[in-house]
Amino acid sequence: MSDATPLARLDDVGLSHDGGETFILRHVSLNLHKGEFVALLGPSGVGKSTLLRVLMGLSKPSEGTVTGPTDDGGAAEGRSAGKRRAQALVFQDARLMPWRSVLRNVAFGLEGLGLNRQEKRERALDALRLVGLEEAADRWPKRLSGGQRQRVGVARALTVDPDLLLMDEPFGALDPITRNSLQDELLRIWQQTHKTVLFVTHDIEEALKLATRIVVLSGSPAGITGELTIGAEQKTPDSPAFRMYAARLRAMIAGEADPGGAPYWRSAEI
Amino acid sequence: MKAALSRRQRVALSGLGLVVFFGGWEAAVRTGLLPSGMVPAPSSLWQAWLDEVHGGFWQQAILDSLSHYALGLLFGSVLGALIGLLCGMVPVLDAFLAGIVHLLRPVPGLAWVPFAILWFGLNTSGATFVIAISVFWINFYAAYAAVRSVDPELYELASAFGHGSFLGRLFKVVLPASAPGVMAGLRTGLGQGWMSVVAAELFGVPGIGARMMQASSLLATDVVVVYMLTMALLYAVTDFLFGFVRLRVLRWQA
Ligand SMILES: Nc1ncnc2c1ncn2[C@@H]1O[C@H](COP(=O)(O)OP(=O)(O)OP(=O)(O)O)[C@@H](O)[C@H]1O
Ligand SMILES: [Mg+2]
Repeated sequence: MSDATPLARLDDVGLSHDGGETFILRHVSLNLHKGEFVALLGPSGVGKSTLLRVLMGLSKPSEGTVTGPTDDGGAAEGRSAGKRRAQALVFQDARLMPWRSVLRNVAFGLEGLGLNRQEKRERALDALRLVGLEEAADRWPKRLSGGQRQRVGVARALTVDPDLLLMDEPFGALDPITRNSLQDELLRIWQQTHKTVLFVTHDIEEALKLATRIVVLSGSPAGITGELTIGAEQKTPDSPAFRMYAARLRAMIAGEADPGGAPYWRSAEI
Repeated sequence: MKAALSRRQRVALSGLGLVVFFGGWEAAVRTGLLPSGMVPAPSSLWQAWLDEVHGGFWQQAILDSLSHYALGLLFGSVLGALIGLLCGMVPVLDAFLAGIVHLLRPVPGLAWVPFAILWFGLNTSGATFVIAISVFWINFYAAYAAVRSVDPELYELASAFGHGSFLGRLFKVVLPASAPGVMAGLRTGLGQGWMSVVAAELFGVPGIGARMMQASSLLATDVVVVYMLTMALLYAVTDFLFGFVRLRVLRWQA
């Protein structure tokens, strides 16, 4: 996997909001390979959302380079004549437009892709169905609960069928049952469509359940301080492997030395 | 605190207020408390109105004023809102126009009358110009403020979903997000427009204002009041009609 051209990459990225006096991110290098499901863990305020914004091209890095799937001809293979977007982001705050109905919020990214009214409507409804909200299609966002709004944000990103799906704590506001079913739904979509997913979460168990690789962002300025590849044995809840990884991740997030030793501990570029 | 009044109670009370107002006025004139040469009795207004209608003056004045009003409102609102939106969106334009705006803003619409007469003459164009200017500023500032208060996170959202271009931001974010502010400006302009109509016509452009001026020079106070009430009625109608447009455009705020 490490030889293939990554779908998207951050190369020694630094980000400062004050012209280089203080950095939020520094020396961040991350390769996202096609088909990976990467979970990004880190303490609150460390810079996870900032990293996603940089990857999405919404913030220009102060240092280093960003390569997204749009810049990469190889990654665009199989895109059906402009009816999709290369990448999409689920914002941490759902960020819906209050003047658009739920359906039209979901269809937002479909506009400008050359789809007709009916196609847009159908694709948006399909996405709403995936997140269990098709009956809310005609409602105004302010009539939704926080969790419902968040699911609309997920539907809006899914409906553009992106190669790279960036999700910023998408299931944070949900009850455990809805959360579980959306996690399963997301895994199913990921397996079927071979999307590449970068998923920010605070929840170590969620990260272990979903991801093929977990990356830890910590420190100030933040850098990638730990990385674990997740295999089948670590995905079995309450198995020793699961518990050991959870402990290692907790330590990495807290900024302590990795107690688990070296095997997955990343220092060089992978 | 007292319980809130129901809608019906409020309407009944405001009707009562009007009855007391006109009744008190009538009584004051009849008892000689108010000199009838200075203040017309409300009961004389009906006849004065009928005379104006029979002579065709009333209809003509309304038509003339409405055309000034509509044209002035159209130019003033469209230009004001448009330039306000652009200034709000384009910092370079904003900075470039800032000095000019500060220079021209304090000049009241009425102060433009000499130029209106000079440039356009005592005609529809001249009146339209004066009305447009006073409406312009209201809409300019309303639109400008509305754009400046658009949540910047919505621009980020637009960029993330392929609408980060100037036109994308304009049509997908700025226009819908600033619609409430722009509508509020339009509505204020709707009222301000009627005030300017009188001002613009007092100088002799035919219309309600000119007719009032003629009547007052003949001390026909009843006719003056008839046109004052006409103005109030026209404002009420335009504001009422605009209410529907507003409700329709801002359905999402309900
Ligand atoms: N526009 C900005 N200007 C200056 N500092 C900012 C700006 N935006 C964010 N920050 C700072 O950058 C840091 C990282 O913020 P970010 O939102 O990326 O954190 P996060 O890891 O996503 O946190 P959380 O888990 O709470 O969402 C924070 O300390 C925040 O205060
Ligand atoms: Mg965040």
